[in-house]
Amino acid sequence: MSVLIENLTRHVAGGKVVLDNVSLHVPDGAFVALVGPSGAGKTTLLRAIAGLDPASSGHVEIDGRAMEGLPPRERNVGFVFQNYALFRHLTVARNISFGLDVRPRASRPSRAEIDAKVAELLALIQLPDLGDAYPQRLSGGQRQRVALARALATGPRLLLLDEPFGALDPMVRRAVRTWLRDLHDQLGLTTILVTHDQEEALDVADRLVVMQDGRIVQDADGETLDATPATPFVMEFLGETLRFPGVVSDGLFIPADTHVAPFSTNVAEGATEALIRPHEVTLLTDASGGTVKRVGRRGPLERLAVSLGERSVEIERPVEAPPSDPVVLEIAQARLFQNGKPVVEGNHPWSDAPAVLADVVPEPV
Amino acid sequence: MNALAPSSPDNARRSPAEIALIAAAYAIVGLMLVLPPVLVFTEALRSGLGAALASITDPDALSAIKLTLEMTVAAVAINTSFGVLAAWLLAKYRFPGRSVLVALIEIPISVSPVVAGLVWLLLFGTQGWWGEALNRVGITIAFATPGILLATLFVTFPFVTRTLLPLMEQQGRDAEEAATLLGASFWRILWGVTLPEARWALLSGGLLTTARAMGEFGAVSVVSGHIPGLTETMPLHIETLYNGYQSVAAFSMAALLAIMAMATVGMRSLFEARMRREEPRKAETAGGGA
Repeated sequence: MSVLIENLTRHVAGGKVVLDNVSLHVPDGAFVALVGPSGAGKTTLLRAIAGLDPASSGHVEIDGRAMEGLPPRERNVGFVFQNYALFRHLTVARNISFGLDVRPRASRPSRAEIDAKVAELLALIQLPDLGDAYPQRLSGGQRQRVALARALATGPRLLLLDEPFGALDPMVRRAVRTWLRDLHDQLGLTTILVTHDQEEALDVADRLVVMQDGRIVQDADGETLDATPATPFVMEFLGETLRFPGVVSDGLFIPADTHVAPFSTNVAEGATEALIRPHEVTLLTDASGGTVKRVGRRGPLERLAVSLGERSVEIERPVEAPPSDPVVLEIAQARLFQNGKPVVEGNHPWSDAPAVLADVVPEPV
Repeated sequence: MNALAPSSPDNARRSPAEIALIAAAYAIVGLMLVLPPVLVFTEALRSGLGAALASITDPDALSAIKLTLEMTVAAVAINTSFGVLAAWLLAKYRFPGRSVLVALIEIPISVSPVVAGLVWLLLFGTQGWWGEALNRVGITIAFATPGILLATLFVTFPFVTRTLLPLMEQQGRDAEEAATLLGASFWRILWGVTLPEARWALLSGGLLTTARAMGEFGAVSVVSGHIPGLTETMPLHIETLYNGYQSVAAFSMAALLAIMAMATVGMRSLFEARMRREEPRKAETAGGGA
């Protein structure tokens, strides 16, 4: 089931814009994650698709059918709430069958058919023996799966998930995530997932829609987002980022920090910022450099604090012999931004083209 | 959480001040709460159980018991329906004037019941604004059962709403929204989700209404006209008997009323215990974990 959203805007009381002219296309069978900090409008967008919150203007289409005026109960969309919203007074089995039980007599399956469906879903969520339990007795991960089974019982082709892993501990989270992805593929669903956890999104989704202040900032797969982020915000949201302010002059990026080597580039001259991941650097022993010391270790990687005079940054590299002072930081690859916009080699700063990873050629200091 | 509980082993030595405070607490409870019902029962049984039972089966007494039960059932039914509606509206929707409504619902608690009774008289009494007009079409409200019902409704109005509102606010709209998305209709959601999820609070509010409706004196006293055998509820009948120096009969009726009220309150604490047990604690929903 494809989802098409055009120019969706939503104001709330007081005139605040929570969705600002959002357009998005989710093709049939896709697994898309809406990511962004809290307050970015992810959940609002999800609720607008489900019909729970009305939009002020704009257009929503599900499977080619316009949704305007169609109440949520007639959309047949599977929705899993952040806190699962299970019915506490019903058993797990009755929770799962709720969507079938409430159908009018004419279209309701027989008791036996409903029971068979419940058994099938209980097996699918790997809780075959918990049909008679009440939700209070279940663990967080089990509740989460029951909520999913309940959403799937009516056979929706579109699944909307609002922070479904938020309340799970990390171990369970990873397992449920993998299981969910398998389920999506197995049932041929179209899934839209809201999360504030970019790692989770990268793990499970084909495509990430990064939102900020009610707008979509960038809509791409993980690799594209990493290689060519549309704004410094996207870069920082997706992972630890080191920012180096500087200027481009005479084909050289000259960093404002001391102990950072300039590198050549052919972007337009002027104030420029180079953004890198902590591992996209090398250290060069140089008499004019600053101090360095190991501050931590994670698996095969070590973290080093490198002094840049005024400030110090933490970088990552494979564990080696302890570094020896003094060192200069060489930027191996960077994404360049001018006035908050990505700049490409040979392009103007106001170009809309995303930044490219500049394989920089270090200049001698 | 146990770690946070004050650690005072049973055999810990208490300071004299502590002992004095505890003794004072028991003395106050004994004097104010235990002694009155004990006295009521003693007085009722002073001439023996037979006399007490005989006084309760007197026709006027039976009429008072019947009227009280009728008024209570009607008040509970009506105020539960409207109380649910009010709580639901106030808990699930935000609209202009909402906080004013929440405050207004408290009025019957703060206004003296006598004043409430007088208002009904002012509106529906023969000298009242609408009394004469209604009389002409054959409707009598003051000094008749409709007036008693109105007075009881007014006095007991807040209880169901006040017990339901905090629970419904805490539950939020998620369960109802989930039900909507699963295809349930408005009525199906109300009967199948909203009310069952709040059932213990609803019962508790209903019982509170019951206790208050049975015991209401002030407002009913003003509108009823105190006609024995016709418009006297149990509390009014008790007063009539007492003023007529029929103290055994008065205390027997009082004892019966006390037993009814205590049974109601007892059931209520039972339900509240159930309710607390079924409430998911914050830690459970947020912590999760297998």
